[in-house]
Amino acid sequence: MDLISLSGGLLYTAFVIYLIAVIFFAATIRDKQHEKKFTLMNKLAIGTTILGFIAQVGYFFTRWMASGHAPVSNMFEFVTFFGMMLVLAFIILYFIYRIELLGLFALPVALLIIGYASMYPREISPLVPSLKSHWLYIHVTTVALGEAILAVSFVAGMIYLIRQINQSQTTAKTTWLEVIMYSICATLGFVIMTTIFSSMDYNATFSYVVDEEEMTLDYQLPALFGPENGELTTEDKMDAVFAAPGWLHGAEAPRKLNTLVWSLAAGLLLYLIARAILRQRIAAAIQPLLKKANPELLDEVCYRAVAIGFPVFTLGGLIFAAIWAQEAWNRYWGWDPKEVWALITWFFYAIFLHLRLSRGWHGEKSAWLAVIGFAIIMFNLIVVNLVLAGLHSYA
Amino acid sequence: MNIMKCSTCGHQNKEGTTICEKCGKPLDNDQQGTLLNMRYDGSAIRSKTKNRSIVDKIWNFFSSVKIGVTLITIALVASALGTIYPQEMYIPQNVDPALHYRDQYGILGQIYYQLGFHNLYNSWWYMVLIALIGISIFIVSIDRGVPLYKALKNQAIKRHPNFLKRQKLFGEYTDYNTDDKTQFINNLKKHRYKISEEDGHILAEKGRFSRWGPYVNHLGLIIFLVGTLFRFIPFMYVDDFVWVREGETAVIPSTNQQYYIKNEEFIFETYGNDDEDAIFEEALQNTSGPVPKHFETNAVIYEDVSRDVIGSDPELKEVKSGEIIVNEPLKINGLALYQDSYQLNEFQTMSFKLHEVDDEEEEAIVEFTVDLTDPESEYVFDNGYRIELNRYYPEYELNNGEPRSVSNYPRNPGFVFFVYGPDIEEREASFLAIGQNIPSGDNQYKLSLTDFGVRDVSGLKIRKDLTLPIIGLGAFIFMVGVIQGMYWQHRRIWIHQAADSMYIACHTNKNWYGLTREFEKMIDGTSFTMVRDQEKKNDS
Repeated sequence: MDLISLSGGLLYTAFVIYLIAVIFFAATIRDKQHEKKFTLMNKLAIGTTILGFIAQVGYFFTRWMASGHAPVSNMFEFVTFFGMMLVLAFIILYFIYRIELLGLFALPVALLIIGYASMYPREISPLVPSLKSHWLYIHVTTVALGEAILAVSFVAGMIYLIRQINQSQTTAKTTWLEVIMYSICATLGFVIMTTIFSSMDYNATFSYVVDEEEMTLDYQLPALFGPENGELTTEDKMDAVFAAPGWLHGAEAPRKLNTLVWSLAAGLLLYLIARAILRQRIAAAIQPLLKKANPELLDEVCYRAVAIGFPVFTLGGLIFAAIWAQEAWNRYWGWDPKEVWALITWFFYAIFLHLRLSRGWHGEKSAWLAVIGFAIIMFNLIVVNLVLAGLHSYA
Repeated sequence: MNIMKCSTCGHQNKEGTTICEKCGKPLDNDQQGTLLNMRYDGSAIRSKTKNRSIVDKIWNFFSSVKIGVTLITIALVASALGTIYPQEMYIPQNVDPALHYRDQYGILGQIYYQLGFHNLYNSWWYMVLIALIGISIFIVSIDRGVPLYKALKNQAIKRHPNFLKRQKLFGEYTDYNTDDKTQFINNLKKHRYKISEEDGHILAEKGRFSRWGPYVNHLGLIIFLVGTLFRFIPFMYVDDFVWVREGETAVIPSTNQQYYIKNEEFIFETYGNDDEDAIFEEALQNTSGPVPKHFETNAVIYEDVSRDVIGSDPELKEVKSGEIIVNEPLKINGLALYQDSYQLNEFQTMSFKLHEVDDEEEEAIVEFTVDLTDPESEYVFDNGYRIELNRYYPEYELNNGEPRSVSNYPRNPGFVFFVYGPDIEEREASFLAIGQNIPSGDNQYKLSLTDFGVRDVSGLKIRKDLTLPIIGLGAFIFMVGVIQGMYWQHRRIWIHQAADSMYIACHTNKNWYGLTREFEKMIDGTSFTMVRDQEKKNDS
């Protein structure tokens, strides 16, 4: 067996093991009769998580050996690595605080992230000269670890909010909490739709004319939004329902819009099905399961993850980034959108820490901030790469 | 200044002090039942006590955390605005920004441009904003850091009972013996607490240095920000660019003609030509066009060693040679040369021949070669023919019917030749460019392109940045401070020995969970029970 398929197999194995670990973590919540006892189920749950992590580390290094460079150079590789670091960050915080609930929520988020990553082209891609440096893995891995630890703060904050927010009536808070639930559904929707249509080998090609030049655009999802004045050239495929609005820029913009609309629609469907089955808000349905959780402890984890993650993020996302930028592009700072959003993330968590330490923003306020912080990280990871083109665009 | 006299020990405290510096008695009229505010250990903060002169008012404004957070929030939003559309430095260089933003992004783009957001990060107001944050950091650090330092340095060991009773973690013990106390203190020592004793009262403390973390990281930030200002001092910072053609020697700009660089060879490789690239095959098929794999300039650096005589030719002495690769700049005398860009296959020469229009064989009457970077104005031949290069456009384009050159680089050369000869009455003109050969009229002779030579051009950035050590130092100090403040915590445990009972109180500046866990280990082997968390209401 060659290294590349071994590597792919290991990633798949890790994914399945994480799934099993989630089930074990769910079981620890169910049978929690004795507080603070490290039962067999707890050992199984964390042990399985570590096993999955080892499998994913195996994926990482076999892929590195196969390609000759650290596999953090495109969207699939980076996002997968981010998922792996999220698992590591959870393991670290688990051994500090021993909260099983954290695993029950952090692992599904990691699974979703890895699933999301797999929707991008997975073939091994060559490095352009500016990426050929040891700083590639030094900078990227530290950023991913820092962001992952900060993401654990989001997970803890989300659990805190689901547990604490009064669900007896509809308020702005319950609505925003449902927005988080819906965002998760939409991500899942994206993964499901992409998987379904790629297993069917769906491909529809549109041709259109820009500046008297004939261009083509391939769709892997049925085209709801086609390119302006586009013509379907593949037979037996659905023609575009609408034309993408002209103010969208970039050659691939119509396809990105199409994918976004599909994800949002599939997410809405998933969300509505869940609501129909549960007959209440999703967060309200989860709330009773969290009764035994200690809100003060969750609040502490939410903050502690920021306290641990902030220096790591600063080191990787700003300082290592600046050193490398100085070497590769002869300036340590260039106001590239990715750099600016790293700075915004840094500003944001600086605000988080100041408000908490100096102005006493604990509990709910702090948890909401953790959610916003994660939204900023995701924005930088996805929107900046896909929409705001710059030096860091991978896909 | 007003003095606050402690009602218990008589110590005279500065106005604004909330906990007596000497005996630790709360000075806030003993609001029993509420927890003590332990921020800055109850010491007087300048901004909280003085508000009279204009200096006080400015000081108080900047020392407010609320203002600091507001400033950072504004900077955050402003920074985000700047990423909506590309900044001016990332749009093509040969276009007018005013038109570019309007044409590319419509009315919103035009508004963006007119608000100056296309150059947001270099705008005066963005810099002012960052400067205000810097001032705020500086003032707040002095305002809080100095009193906190003094308070912790001079802290009393024996504290007033009310001080302990109003801590978050507090326990009162009556039923214990001396062994318990000894064991407890031993446990504290085992956990690396520093123990100080005064009349049986104990202060156990560890990690005080972590309290300085915020002030250290703020210092780092201030050094960093000051470092970026040094860029505006001319000799500290050089940012220049030079194109060097293969085989050519060029002056390195910003060196006062002291240094020269020769481009011996420019090497450019793409993926897919090597066996080892086989594994990228699939990815390469999915990309349009070749993917660059490696490029470098083999360069020689010379220094002009001639005496400074105006008009004298430079006397070049080789000082260094080597490759300039992306990620591996060549350094000379504090100056770094970076591989920045390239222009492949730029025309170097073009060769022409003159023949009769009717001649199907196109037999050459004369032949000549034009050096495109240094063309001659006239080519004279022994057989009586003479060709004048009347006009030369290195990068030719037609602009409203008028020929012109976009740049001085021979990327698309265009020529107007005048041909003179024994059998030509006056002269014959013709225009030549790639794919074009236009005679001026009924010409007898025709010029044809026979050959051309190309070479690569390497684009090099010339950088000197003496601010880097300062900026690096600032970043380093920031990291030290942030780790010091975030990864350690300042924990204190007080034991107050009363006549018939003993009080224990604990305080930490953060991470209370860790402190309670540690306290559990501390009472191991003693009869002490766990301290109560007084913040938890109705805790059973």
